[in-house]
Amino acid sequence: MYFLKLILRNSFRHKLRTALTLAGLVVAIVAFGLLQTVVTAWYNNANMASATRLITRNAISLVFPMPVSYRQKIRAIDGVRAVAYANWFGAIYKEPKNFFPQFAIDDAYLDLFPEFVVSEAERRDFQRDRKGCVVGRKLAEVYGFKLGDNLTLKGTIFPGEWTFVVRGIYDGASKKTDLSQMFFHWDYLNEVVKQRYRRRADQIGFYVIEAAHAEDMARISVEIDSQFKNSTAETLTETEKAFQLGFVSMTESIVVAIRLVSYLVIFIIMAVMANTMAMTARERIGEYATLKALGFSSGFVAATILGESMLLAMLGGAASIALTFPLAVEFSKHTGSLFPVFQVSPDTVMLQCACAVIIGLLAALLPARHAAQVRIIEGLRSIG
Amino acid sequence: MTAPLVQLQDISKSYRRGTQIVPVLTNISMAIESGEFLGLMGPSGSGKSTLLNLIAGIDQPDSGRLEVAGIDIGGLSEARLADWRASNVGFIFQFYNLMPVLTAFENVELPLLLTPLTRRQRREHVEAALALVGLDDRKTHYPNELSGGQQQRVAIARALISDPHLIVADEPTGDLDRESAEDVLRLMQTLNADLGKTIIMVTHDARAASHAHAIMHLEKGELSAREENFRP
Repeated sequence: MYFLKLILRNSFRHKLRTALTLAGLVVAIVAFGLLQTVVTAWYNNANMASATRLITRNAISLVFPMPVSYRQKIRAIDGVRAVAYANWFGAIYKEPKNFFPQFAIDDAYLDLFPEFVVSEAERRDFQRDRKGCVVGRKLAEVYGFKLGDNLTLKGTIFPGEWTFVVRGIYDGASKKTDLSQMFFHWDYLNEVVKQRYRRRADQIGFYVIEAAHAEDMARISVEIDSQFKNSTAETLTETEKAFQLGFVSMTESIVVAIRLVSYLVIFIIMAVMANTMAMTARERIGEYATLKALGFSSGFVAATILGESMLLAMLGGAASIALTFPLAVEFSKHTGSLFPVFQVSPDTVMLQCACAVIIGLLAALLPARHAAQVRIIEGLRSIG
Repeated sequence: MTAPLVQLQDISKSYRRGTQIVPVLTNISMAIESGEFLGLMGPSGSGKSTLLNLIAGIDQPDSGRLEVAGIDIGGLSEARLADWRASNVGFIFQFYNLMPVLTAFENVELPLLLTPLTRRQRREHVEAALALVGLDDRKTHYPNELSGGQQQRVAIARALISDPHLIVADEPTGDLDRESAEDVLRLMQTLNADLGKTIIMVTHDARAASHAHAIMHLEKGELSAREENFRP
């Protein structure tokens, strides 16, 4: 109790210094938390991938299409429960900065993604309307889309103006579901493509395959790729997770840079905090010498410094964690659909706690050692 | 005849200053009886504070034998020496050395945290000590809310609190005005006369030294003959 009182009062002895140190800690740990959340958001789609879904794409590259006729052959493979297909549309809504993913999908697609929750009535309206589309709740909120609204996109891969009618707004089965996508009928896309760019008709971008059992996935993917070997569009089938990680790997250097910066921030604040603790310990060397003269052990003296450092680190850590959540919400609002899911994960909070503990411990290490080792007469000489 | 409380035999101490070894004390031998109030005088750098530090167990001699109450403190480990100091020595410093974040009460209580006393027992002891030094109405005050003389009296209460045999005082009046210094010296005399504490006081002030029973002078690390003070 007495020890805690001593630590508490010492911690707030220089209020401005303590406040500045805490402010630095909070900024660093919040920055660390947000950067880690960016990394988590980067991997969100990969982490949310189903264990029983496979993706088949053109073996050369995702940008090369495959015939829609592959669907029947894939469906016939033993162990395949369902097959759907889709095309990346890549159009612009008003301005290029308003980026969000758009997919032309077949009727089975949404059944394979139960994480996209659409009401039965809206699903029916979508099926009935050739130009209908379904948008995610976040997308609807960001751009103010309502049911029945016309949504006009400027095509890039499929040039021209494309007008859709919002027939459904999907929610997520979990908080991590990407709510920033738009889906419309592949049949509508194919119909227009047939008229405008006949040679590109009846082509799709990728197949989504649902396996009956996860243990059959490897066999099914081999069978699919063998099926189309030596064809005009050879395929590459992989798990949904591997497919998503393929996208992440394209930007891996950015992720690595973000990670490095986040740890660098922690290292800098650790140095700042160590300097603060060293300065504090240096100023109080006479007090430590007095405590030792009175019979207190070197361990007690070291523990007071360690305790003070840990208290500051814990206070800073707690404030940072509490601030990270509202700041993440604000951050997400300002980044629009860049990060469809931007949520502070429990792992990030654990990392922030660990950072606070490590900062507290390491910052106190050298000053505590020095104070414990200082000779009483040298410490006493510093007074006066 | 009882053995002296403090006995030094051929104590030498030197310090290293860069590559040089500077001798501070050379073959000092002396004895201090229990219940004495001894003044140690000498010019700056004469080694009087070093001698006091050795007797108080906060520094170790290079050679010689140093016994306090029959214990050879020169042979104790750092941890045992700390325990020994906690129960046998009370310290009074020139600049009081109070913890600025603790109240007068808490400062006096500090040495008792190293004892098995209960919180209630500690409170009783502290209140008695503060009453003895005339500061029972200042117990919730922080050091910066007290005058120099009051701070030194808190330090005296802290020195007394664990009921040590020996109280060492290094220039206890060096930072005080004449009136406060007189108060502090009278208080030290009371501790010596009424509570039987053995006090060794380093001072360069002859007026302060005159409160002691005897004075010893140190010059260039060597001790002169003892002068007895006249006491009415």
